[in-house]
Amino acid sequence: MSASLSIPKVMLAIVRRDLSLALRRKNDSLSALFFFVVVASLFPLGIGPEPTLLAKIAPGMLWIAALLAAMLSLGRLFADDFQDGTLDQLVLTAIPLPLAVLSKTAAHWISTGLVLTIASPILAIQFNLDSQSMGILLLSLLIGTPLLSLIGSIGAALTLATRGGGMLLSLLVLPLVIPVLIFGAGAVDAHQAGLPVDGHFYLLSAMLAIALFFAPIATAASLRIAVE
Amino acid sequence: MFSSSINWFKYAAPQRFYALSGTLIPYCVAVAVIATIVGLTIGLLIAPSDHQQGESYRIIFIHVPAAWMSMIIYLAMAFWAAMGLIFNARLASMFALALAPTGALMTFLALWTGSLWGKPTWGTYWVWDARLTSELILLFLYLGFLSLHAAIEDTRKADRSAAVLAIVGVVNIPIIYFSVKWWNTLHQGASVSLTKAPTMATQMLTGMLIMTVAFWAYSFAVSFYRCRTLILERERHTAWAQEAVK
Repeated sequence: MSASLSIPKVMLAIVRRDLSLALRRKNDSLSALFFFVVVASLFPLGIGPEPTLLAKIAPGMLWIAALLAAMLSLGRLFADDFQDGTLDQLVLTAIPLPLAVLSKTAAHWISTGLVLTIASPILAIQFNLDSQSMGILLLSLLIGTPLLSLIGSIGAALTLATRGGGMLLSLLVLPLVIPVLIFGAGAVDAHQAGLPVDGHFYLLSAMLAIALFFAPIATAASLRIAVE
Repeated sequence: MFSSSINWFKYAAPQRFYALSGTLIPYCVAVAVIATIVGLTIGLLIAPSDHQQGESYRIIFIHVPAAWMSMIIYLAMAFWAAMGLIFNARLASMFALALAPTGALMTFLALWTGSLWGKPTWGTYWVWDARLTSELILLFLYLGFLSLHAAIEDTRKADRSAAVLAIVGVVNIPIIYFSVKWWNTLHQGASVSLTKAPTMATQMLTGMLIMTVAFWAYSFAVSFYRCRTLILERERHTAWAQEAVK
């Protein structure tokens, strides 16, 4: 490996590559967003358009919709690379595999989690959330969606070698992201109930810090099992 | 010959373990049956009724051991799965897989008996309390482990992938254990712990501990049995395995 190929450069190159792939396959990237919007729009139709009720269920509901949308996009995180052999190259890259995984996860978050977060205020308006709650929802999604990508990447790597992994992926990942849902939606709920929200954000941030370190390691181990 | 130390790896060979577990299973079964009879006799006939809960508290003789086992088996499963992943030990992976259904059963029993007890005491079968929710997640983790293993065709790959999942899921165990301390929700705190005197009558405690012995023995018996089946299945090409099923 030549001296010019420093670790940050390689990582950045992976992020760029994955983002440009996401941009070129707009269909895939946008479908997660549309899914998020459509699922969120179904709830008022199913439950009834009563504004106070909607405002009350909005945090949990938007969080669940975001979670499902993230699950939907996770299947593609490694699958294409696995099929065309890029993943083998990635495993052989001179930079540590967990860092390469971290870059791919970051790109996944930017192309899904971040997009969902940015779109969430529009949905929050539909659900009659006041602006302060909306801000807290935005912040909780901002800290929480990277967690979805990180924890989800483990499941995506584990299900690579399985037949028809989509269903299984959700079965594996959804139980693991329950804490994120509880504290993410809980922050907005607490605010609506007039309680302090700091605790929720501290816990979410702590989970993010832990997942940032451990999730790429677990994902890398799973990828090695899949490609060997 | 020269060394008096135990050879820890002696029983890591599936063939030897097959023989050893075959010898142990009858003892485990005997202990399980006797301890169940004694434990239930004490629990259902001798132990006094509770002054607040009346007779409904007697579910603890099943509920508490099942809940303990659900967590202990998960830890054991994750431990053996990790051993299988790290040292590439086949038997360890097989034993982890053999433990999983029993663990799932214990988790289900803990949830089920808990909800039966919850109806007369809390007035509801289910609440979204931290302990209940985290125990439910444990059930999902067991099911995830089993489904992932079943979905991968290559057995060794399945062992190793499921091991990663089991290790990641360990994070849930302390959450279950401490959930009654961290969150003040409906499920009561521990009545029995290693660090302080139990807050229950001696006969109740005796019955519960004997039932715990029964649950341990049962878990050993069935997981040994399941492990033997797995060994035979995976070693079917070897001469000794073909000899064993004759």
